[in-house]
Amino acid sequence: MQIDIKAREIKPVRQTYTHLKERFGDKPMSRYQEAIYDVQARENFHYRPTWEPDRELFDPARTRITMGDWYKFLDPRQYYYGAYCITRGRQQDSVEQNFRFVEKRGLVAAMRDENRALVLTHVVPLRHYEWGAYLNNNQICHRGYGTALTAAAQFHAADRLGNAQYLTRMALLLTGNDPAALEAGHGAWMDNDAWQPLRRLMEDSLVVEDWFELFVAQNIAMDGLVHPLFFDRLEKKMTSQGDALLAMLTEFTAEWFAEEKRWADRQIQVAAAENPENKALLSGWYGKWRDLAVEAAKPLAGAVLGDAGEAEAIAADMDARMRKAGLEV
Amino acid sequence: MARMTLKERYHHMTRLGWQPTYQPMEKVYPQATYEGIKVRNWDDWEDPFRMTMEAYWKYQGEKERKLYAIMDSFAQNNGHLNLSDARYVNALKLFLQGVTPLEYQAHRGFARQARQFPGEGASVACHMQSLDELRHTQTQIHTLSHYNKYFDGFHDFTRWHDRVWYLSVPKSFFDDASTAGPFEFIVSVGFSFEFVLTNLLFVPFMSGAAYNGDMSTVTFGFSAQSDESRHMTLGLQAVKFMLEQHEDNVPIVQQWIDKWLWRGYRVLSLVAAMQDYMLPESPMSWKEAWEIYFEENGGALFQDLERYGIRMPDYAPICAAEKDHLSHQVWGILYNHTAAAAFHTWVPDERKMDWLSAKYPDTFDKYYRPRLEYWRELEQKGERYYSQTLPLICQTCQIPMGFTEVANGDPMQVAYRSTEYNGDRYHFCSDPCQAIFEREPEKFVHAWLPPQQIFQGNCGGASLEDVLKWYNIQPGDNLDYAGSPDEQRWLEWKGLAAAREAAE
Repeated sequence: MQIDIKAREIKPVRQTYTHLKERFGDKPMSRYQEAIYDVQARENFHYRPTWEPDRELFDPARTRITMGDWYKFLDPRQYYYGAYCITRGRQQDSVEQNFRFVEKRGLVAAMRDENRALVLTHVVPLRHYEWGAYLNNNQICHRGYGTALTAAAQFHAADRLGNAQYLTRMALLLTGNDPAALEAGHGAWMDNDAWQPLRRLMEDSLVVEDWFELFVAQNIAMDGLVHPLFFDRLEKKMTSQGDALLAMLTEFTAEWFAEEKRWADRQIQVAAAENPENKALLSGWYGKWRDLAVEAAKPLAGAVLGDAGEAEAIAADMDARMRKAGLEV
Repeated sequence: MARMTLKERYHHMTRLGWQPTYQPMEKVYPQATYEGIKVRNWDDWEDPFRMTMEAYWKYQGEKERKLYAIMDSFAQNNGHLNLSDARYVNALKLFLQGVTPLEYQAHRGFARQARQFPGEGASVACHMQSLDELRHTQTQIHTLSHYNKYFDGFHDFTRWHDRVWYLSVPKSFFDDASTAGPFEFIVSVGFSFEFVLTNLLFVPFMSGAAYNGDMSTVTFGFSAQSDESRHMTLGLQAVKFMLEQHEDNVPIVQQWIDKWLWRGYRVLSLVAAMQDYMLPESPMSWKEAWEIYFEENGGALFQDLERYGIRMPDYAPICAAEKDHLSHQVWGILYNHTAAAAFHTWVPDERKMDWLSAKYPDTFDKYYRPRLEYWRELEQKGERYYSQTLPLICQTCQIPMGFTEVANGDPMQVAYRSTEYNGDRYHFCSDPCQAIFEREPEKFVHAWLPPQQIFQGNCGGASLEDVLKWYNIQPGDNLDYAGSPDEQRWLEWKGLAAAREAAE
């Protein structure tokens, strides 16, 4: 049954802002649309950046990718700030439950010694990898063009910081709050042979100037190798040995990667579909960074799975993703 | 499990970086040194707040849930009908056109700092501020979306911000900060604006909302308060960090403080006019706000900074002298040029004039009431005055010349300054604006000055009609409040239209 409430009806003069009306006609818009479209300034900038005087403050020429409309880079998750924080906030409840469960059931003590050691030497250093990815996505937000992509990159940067912090919590939980575990992880990242190719690749990405190439290097190629290796293959291996701890404590990161891939792949798809030049550029960047990432992942795959060749198998999945997104692989 | 303090724990949660060895520091952090700021050790950075991402998501997500619930309820119940008066809405127009795009610029700017500062503590604090600023951009667009449906002057705010003359005042302010190096940026936005001046922006708008029945905007204001307090502590920490790292930083920071407090003060003169004239019910006058938030609070701050060798800017006496005049002079400028603005102006009614007399006993009746009464007479004769010429504007702050020699004892004489650079003459509204130009002329000659751009043919044509078309200012967006569609609709909604007709 419906109850009629008499409310005053007042006719609106318009349904939305002009820049949205010009795109979609005068009708009510979603919160995502209002939060994203055309928010970045486009013209009549006042001064040259002292840090890059040959460019405008916001300048589409900071990448070689070209677009007729930079607001084609939509987010399939439709994240604006509110939707993003509410979603992530909700996910934290299950993370908390997992951490509590591990503590309550004494899963740390029950863990095999060799798996525990492996997590400390070969998962905890990923704190630094995630920090590098955080820096790179801040860079994409800073240098990128158009709020559609740059806002999502900033959410992505926040996610990477969150990932690094969960790895930190895990290390502290595993060692009864011993910071030495973090120092050892840092030491491995800096000096352990197996980590050096990946650290070198990360540092090389930090100096990439073209922000879309950086997107391909970090969010597609490096992540496409590193995340499945540690948060899928290694987790499954440990779980099959009866150690579910890694899977439980990094569940957020694993779920996040599945979600994030949809967004990242969409960006590649949109750029590649725009024109053949974009497609050729992206295919070239992908080929270059994919090969480097495979080489960097091999010693790590050897160390954690006992099979360096697994890096190629993971890359094959990633190649399939990129083919689907429209690249020549 | 060994005990760990919150501070230690947060330290481990954020000290995630490393010293690069495969690439040189100066390539990884190319913006870290070129401004001449010397940092001995980034590990000396004291975290201004300690919030992990996990806590951030939960806390902010909860705030968003509540804020959007209020926004929805405001829209569903036509909350705008409870406003004190439709004139109030013009303050919101100014906010969406002038402030919201700056929140966005701050978002992008702090993303740059998060990437460019080599210290992790500073990076994380800047990153969170970048997220917060995006929040403010988007929640403001969402909050004001409802007003856009019922009032003119909101609908094309992004284009207006890029094109319209008075909006080049806030835009050039923030472009200046964003094109500066990372340390100057954080002094300009994080310290001068967020720490010293933010109350002068927030109190007029948010208390103004509370006083005028705007529950939606005031809820946004309350919801943003905890973000703002984080931003304030970051700004202060950043300045103290620079001052403590090396004595050579002191004169550089002082010069930036001098520049940015003045730049901020000039931008806020638009807020002063809004606060004293647009708000039907005013929580406090500009003068009162200036005395509390700058002279008292700011004075205490500069006393605290004295131990580092930082002093109050030399021009503080100019601001003190101008506080009795500022809002009246700027309202005059806006009133004259409303034909090309996307908000309404008006001559205040008797009740408001009496309030202004009471708040400005030394100046209002003497200098400004007679002028307003003269304009009212013209209106009553059907000759509402609109300026027909393009104003000369200041090369630095971009406000039309209209500030007077108050500090030199001649409040009726408009102040003009000028200087020559590379064979061209540049004009200024004041000594501090001229000094700012002279320190960085190569930067400020690039200013996009609206009148000059119109004369050069870059704004759709030479006539007012051409320019308004290029601005996309449509009938109803501009001119006087009296006779506007906003007024007509308001009178109809409130059932006052018939009463007014009967009275006439």
